[in-house]
Amino acid sequence: MTAVMESSADAAARPEAGAVASFDVTLKVRRFNPEVSEEAYWEEHTVTAHGTDRVLDALHKIKWEIDGSLTFRRSCAHGICGSDAVRINGRNRLACKTLLKDVNPDKPITVEPIKGLPVVKDLVVDMEPFFASYREIMPFLITSGNEPSRENIQSQADRDRFDDTTKCILCAACTSSCPVFWTDGQYFGPAAIVNAHRFIFDSRDEGATQRLEILNDKEGVWRCRTTFNCTEACPRGIEVTKAIQEVKRAMITRAF
Amino acid sequence: MSTQTSIPTPRSPYVRRKTTRGNYELYSWVFMRASGVLLVVLVFGHLFVNLMVGDGVKAIDFAFVGGKWASPFWQMWDLAMLWLAMIHGTNGVRTIINDYAQRDVTRGVLKGLLLLAFTFTVVLGTLVIFTFDPCPADAPAQLLASFCTA
Repeated sequence: MTAVMESSADAAARPEAGAVASFDVTLKVRRFNPEVSEEAYWEEHTVTAHGTDRVLDALHKIKWEIDGSLTFRRSCAHGICGSDAVRINGRNRLACKTLLKDVNPDKPITVEPIKGLPVVKDLVVDMEPFFASYREIMPFLITSGNEPSRENIQSQADRDRFDDTTKCILCAACTSSCPVFWTDGQYFGPAAIVNAHRFIFDSRDEGATQRLEILNDKEGVWRCRTTFNCTEACPRGIEVTKAIQEVKRAMITRAF
Repeated sequence: MSTQTSIPTPRSPYVRRKTTRGNYELYSWVFMRASGVLLVVLVFGHLFVNLMVGDGVKAIDFAFVGGKWASPFWQMWDLAMLWLAMIHGTNGVRTIINDYAQRDVTRGVLKGLLLLAFTFTVVLGTLVIFTFDPCPADAPAQLLASFCTA
């Protein structure tokens, strides 16, 4: 009898069976608009979200329902395009892959632009310095001789050698989490080295020497301090620091 | 997590200033590993001989040091320790300056001071190891190593 009374009392508070629990969450967003002020500031918004919502959904809700001037990048919104890397609670994450329930929605969730790159507006940064480093390592297949008339075949083992670094989506979460990159932006950064690794260890590629030469720069792989921030930040789970160490090792075996 | 005051104002774009290719950083990286291994042997060997062998720490006095530096073996040991430790440490501080100094002027000044401190310590240390006189002429005999009076 008591059991029946308890369940009827709870019924009002408990959501319907199969329904997704909803909760209020506060987002503390770093705002910056150079047309209004040179100073960036924090702005808080509270929105109602569901257990299945991501940080991107909360940002959408703010932009679509509260403040249309909030500016951020997103394209596919499903973790493939790499547009919406932001700093959530001090860690670089894709807003579209981070569930609100995983970043402690009981406290305000801070959302800032990724560090080390110039901010254009709100959460949008100028990615050009990042892409400039990427272009420097020549991210394309270099071969010699005649153009092949059929498929360029590679064994599974040869392909596995660089499989991890093919997963990069160029979101800049790794490079903008690197304390060495923050200093003066001269360091090539983890993303450029990962993409060089993808070709250096490709058995079909013949540009490894050139790429190693490029990364044997004062601002190249030798500035890596193995803090593992990049590995921790990568939304694709690439072992970034390991890839950088493999490039270092290739340089050392080449030099001695 | 992060506080409101932690982030500086958004900064202007930058470009790579110049290409600085070469094997200098490679050799420096390899040196740090190699000298580190050597220093473990040298430093712990030094500590063991000075503090644990024989009378241990109580044996250290002017005569002990004088006796050690009369032998070419310990001169070379201490010289290797001095040079490797100084180059290893200075190179480490150099990379720290490179990582943390944001302005070129600051970086230049700090590295200049570092080089000055390095040169001073290494020159002075090397000079002491090779010009050390274990038997000064007018010193009381009980302070000196046994071979002085013999």
